[in-house]
Amino acid sequence: MSFPNDPRWGEALAHLPDYLGNHVRVSLAALALGLAVSLPLAILTRNRPAPRAVLLALASIVQTVPGLALLALFYPLLLAAASVTLAWFGVSFSAFGFLPAMLALALYSMLPVLRNGITGLNGIDPALIEAAKGVGMTPRQSLTMIELPLALPVMMAGIRTAAVWVIGTATLSTPIGQTSLGNYIFAGLQTQNWVFVLFGCFASALLALAVDQLLGLIESGLRHRSRLRTALGGIGIAALVAATLVPTMGRSSQSYVVGAKTFAEQYVLSALLRDRLQATGLSATARSGLGSSVIFEALKAGDIDLYVDYSGTLWANQLHRTDIKPRAELLADLKTALAKDNITLLGDLGFENAYALVMPKKRAEALGIRSIADLAAHASTLSIAGDYEFFSRPEWAALQKAYGLQFRAQRQMQPDFMYAAVASGEVDVIAGYTSDGLIAKYDLTALDDPKHAIPPYDAILLLAPKRAGDGTLQSALKPLLGKIDIATMREANLRASGNDANSSPDAVAKWLWAKVGRR
Amino acid sequence: MPSKPAISYSHVSKNFGSLKAVDDVSLDIAEGEFLAIVGGSGSGKTTLLRLANRLIEADGGTITVEGEDVQTVDPVALRRRIGYVFQSGGLFPHLSVADNIGITPKLLGVPATDVTARVDELLELVQLDRTAHRDRLPEALSGGQRQRVGVARALAARPRIVLMDEPFGALDPLTRDALGEDFRELHRKLGLTTVMITHDMTEAILLADRIAVMRSGQLLAQGTPAELSTSSDSYVLELLRTPRRQVERLNTLLPQSGAA
Repeated sequence: MSFPNDPRWGEALAHLPDYLGNHVRVSLAALALGLAVSLPLAILTRNRPAPRAVLLALASIVQTVPGLALLALFYPLLLAAASVTLAWFGVSFSAFGFLPAMLALALYSMLPVLRNGITGLNGIDPALIEAAKGVGMTPRQSLTMIELPLALPVMMAGIRTAAVWVIGTATLSTPIGQTSLGNYIFAGLQTQNWVFVLFGCFASALLALAVDQLLGLIESGLRHRSRLRTALGGIGIAALVAATLVPTMGRSSQSYVVGAKTFAEQYVLSALLRDRLQATGLSATARSGLGSSVIFEALKAGDIDLYVDYSGTLWANQLHRTDIKPRAELLADLKTALAKDNITLLGDLGFENAYALVMPKKRAEALGIRSIADLAAHASTLSIAGDYEFFSRPEWAALQKAYGLQFRAQRQMQPDFMYAAVASGEVDVIAGYTSDGLIAKYDLTALDDPKHAIPPYDAILLLAPKRAGDGTLQSALKPLLGKIDIATMREANLRASGNDANSSPDAVAKWLWAKVGRR
Repeated sequence: MPSKPAISYSHVSKNFGSLKAVDDVSLDIAEGEFLAIVGGSGSGKTTLLRLANRLIEADGGTITVEGEDVQTVDPVALRRRIGYVFQSGGLFPHLSVADNIGITPKLLGVPATDVTARVDELLELVQLDRTAHRDRLPEALSGGQRQRVGVARALAARPRIVLMDEPFGALDPLTRDALGEDFRELHRKLGLTTVMITHDMTEAILLADRIAVMRSGQLLAQGTPAELSTSSDSYVLELLRTPRRQVERLNTLLPQSGAA
């Protein structure tokens, strides 16, 4: 199939109104807030060197925080703020999605606006400010009639820089639950769908260019006192906002939101759950690419209605338990514990996606390694790679303790690249996932864990507190419980990792339903 | 002094840190008078001028403008009724010639049509072509034209007092001469009280009724050129010697000029 005719372009296009609309809304709201804060600050501090220096230093520090980290920080911050307002004023707000994304992006937009604002205002010839005073202007008149118009070109350059930064960085707001053009990039990267990645990059670049040019038009209109150009630029921005507001206006707030974390299996399962709800006549959307810690809090707060998590993950991260129990016992304990938060553990899907130490089958045979206990003897000459969270998780500590593992080197990798890396010998061992289809594809083997250091990781379906008594929802989901065995999930994941039209999460979800639906 | 003073300085002083910019100066400027303040750079002449419309606030002494203590008047209102011509124009680069000239009437709330009429009147008064210059930006004007616009702007709100800070200093000699003469004529025709700062004694002698000489913040002498020539102060005499020497040398070098 030729690249331009790939049906995934059409699929990407179908998401555009939603993704673009959300992206424009969060970017422009952040920019507006950033301007509303930064411009007055720039004006207030223009003649006060000490506060000005402090302000610029703070804005620069914010700028050195990576965009993703800044966005991630706002989520727990707002979560804490929300619990405070709930306790004090009885009102709570969602710390998920729009609000943290907008606040973090607004903070991000401040440096160029502040710096250019201050530079522009300070760069004005003092003789002109003296002249403004001399002809009888009040300080306010001097500011609005002389200083601001003269500083305008420099200030607008800062605003345009901020706009481009914010639109680019907004693609990183996907993991904290704000739908954006980043959804293409995150989903594409996870499912090796390069069409999506390219589409997301082009769309956000085009949006940034368009907004930059429209702001440029406004600037030149103001500078040359051309009402036409200013109006055209203003109308352009307004049209952009209006166009992105329209498609989502009619969206029902009663819609069920299915969450998904940032890896291929989650994309497939959320598509499957969404399809099941829609087949029962319920309105449902998927909110994918959510960070692992964000997603549970989002469920608890009711920002999403359901998602699939793994028993061992919740056991360690939410219950903070380090002991390891047999499968059934752990599930029962988990169910009781989650019920305290009014979260329903509806049941398990039938497969486990546990961490497992994985290496090429031939290599393992050559070294005589069958279990992690065998591996321990060779570990000091081997290197290991894991995903971004593995080495800070309790499982890793438990593994090291149980088997006395000491590797020569450890590296962090994007999960999708780990399998190819271990297959090619780039690293010797990886901390992979048992349900991953790539294990079969690259002829790898998952090593036994005779001491049961790694807890069970059954895929379980969780429902938000507000859906606890929702019979329609529960009966729509019941047909999936216990139906998906590990072999089927591996095959689904392998399909999802392909790079063709049949590998999109939607297509794989349909394949999966065709396979398990009649069971 | 035939009439009451338009501006009166009484024991006025102003310090910038340890520097005495203006040191116990007393000076009266009569209504209708053209006074030139002469002095080298750092002599305090610009500071003295700016104290009159409170662009700079005095540390001590009293300044009255048309009989009122300036400390009791709103500084913004005070500046709107005193014309001020800045060194090299001080025109706002983003505003047209017409908007520059009409700025003070506009601030005073004069209706837009009246401002337009007044701008045309002033362009004629300072001898600028209405259609050619009205809508231009200052950058499109020559130095002399810019200074004419600066004078028009100072006169726009019909002030009775005009303060000028080295208005012709940056111009070529021909333009400077023409502009000086033209302004002297406006001063007479409009019955203005004018205070002009200059470092050029020749210009002061040719334009002003009276001259005040400043040095190191102090007022050394004041009077008509003839009165000053009888001064006992060596610096004042030195200042007066310069134009004299120039005339003598010019007469020697340009015997056919017939000017002297």
